[in-house]
Amino acid sequence: MSDTATSGVKQGFQLKSASVSMTALELYYFDDGEFEEVLRDKISQAPGFFKDIPLIISLEKYQGLDSELDFFKIIGTCRRNNIHVIGVRGGSDDQRRLARGAALALLPGNGQRDRTHEAEQAAAEEAETAAVAASTGTAGDPPPAKIVSQPVRSGQQVHAPEGDLVILAPVQAGAEVLAAGNIHVYGPLRGRALAGIHGAESARIFCQSLEAELVSIAGHYKISEDLQDNGWKSAVQIQLRDDLLVVTPLDKA
Amino acid sequence: MARIIVVTSGKGGVGKTTTSASISTGLAKRGHKTVVIDFDVGLRNLDLIMNCERRVVYDFVNVIQGEASLNQALIRDKRVDTLYILPASQTREKEALTKDGVEKVINELSETFDYIVCDSPAGIEHGALMALYYADEAIVVTNPEVSSVRDSDRILGILQSKSRRAEMGQDQVKEHLLLTRYNPSRVEKGEMLSVADVEEILAIPLLGVIPESQIVLNASNQGLPVILEEDSDAGQAYEDAVARLLGEEREHRFMTSQKKGFFSRMFKGG
Repeated sequence: MSDTATSGVKQGFQLKSASVSMTALELYYFDDGEFEEVLRDKISQAPGFFKDIPLIISLEKYQGLDSELDFFKIIGTCRRNNIHVIGVRGGSDDQRRLARGAALALLPGNGQRDRTHEAEQAAAEEAETAAVAASTGTAGDPPPAKIVSQPVRSGQQVHAPEGDLVILAPVQAGAEVLAAGNIHVYGPLRGRALAGIHGAESARIFCQSLEAELVSIAGHYKISEDLQDNGWKSAVQIQLRDDLLVVTPLDKA
Repeated sequence: MARIIVVTSGKGGVGKTTTSASISTGLAKRGHKTVVIDFDVGLRNLDLIMNCERRVVYDFVNVIQGEASLNQALIRDKRVDTLYILPASQTREKEALTKDGVEKVINELSETFDYIVCDSPAGIEHGALMALYYADEAIVVTNPEVSSVRDSDRILGILQSKSRRAEMGQDQVKEHLLLTRYNPSRVEKGEMLSVADVEEILAIPLLGVIPESQIVLNASNQGLPVILEEDSDAGQAYEDAVARLLGEEREHRFMTSQKKGFFSRMFKGG
């Protein structure tokens, strides 16, 4: 993400949010010799595909002993076969400690996101029915909008990986809503809203009352402090113009 | 089938145990057979507030682990005879509360009781999750300040995603907001959030407003549920909350500061 509040200042780099798809190796148990044998076999099926790819080790279904989990050996074996292990996903605290010791990045597991999953599922079902009405029948079928009618509470996360996200309730402080497209909040936006998470710079955020902790479009963000002077606690839209986030009151749009 | 009500908040020290004691006593006083369970394993308090700490022999964890029967562990209240207390264990870990164990106890209680009130520990860890898991309704105890409101919001999110009702896809857990330690004169000075502020942020129905009062502290120290202090405003506010919980319409009281009379102004200089 880049901080547009200071975009006038020259700096050596900018941080941008990125989301890339990656290959995960789901590990059930670890035996050094067998691991390399199976790995070579997989690679031989598609040598081009596996060359120099990043890989994460998923520990969610790992059933072996922690003492057998030798990340240094895993990394070494993968490296010999031109695969770069960059991190682990899931796993117990002890397993993650081992991974950290081997300088691997720690990614949250699916189980560690369960609480948002429930809300998302309910929302997804609603979205399916609503999407039919939402599509206008123009060129191709646009991805369905996800519609949520329950408040998004502190600690919850609602994610629309493709298309728009429409929330008919408050987004509370400490909550996070993300969408590939636009985000509409028909209620106060008190948490964090990230639109255009895959880089869509035309994405916008609409809300009935801007009280957000953070808003972001395609990685350009503003925090609460920088939002106070313009449209705070009123109905606004937020869009990206020349790499700057612009807040406009909805009645003057 | 019993109605299972969890008293929860996320934040500690907001008045969960005080509320559990008063709500369960209020329900029992109206003739409903009620049991109140202390889920705060390791930091047992409910027995003190209910003044039965000297009668604890077996506890919730003993029952879960099959070391005692429910009848051995339940303590009958001395003041209201339709009220029973299931105390927490002071010496065990919260992990002793297993999902299956808690379910077994709640199912057994459901057969004979009308209401099961679950007094949740603070936090969003295992003990709190176990207390809310089987709930049909939740009383979310909140103080009129921002951190308490945010923690309540967090626990509301958990209720709607991690409770049994949410997992089974049943009707959602019914939510009630109980605002405690409310001081209208401090609200007027802008030192506290108002009822309207909290309602606006949390967006759940208001069950009651309990005024901040010395009576609450005194009653706790004496082991008396505040609702039995029938002449006090806090006691009456709890009484109103119980009536609303049972579906009665009651106007909210104690939400504005008492204007001081001429004499008290003369003598106290206020």
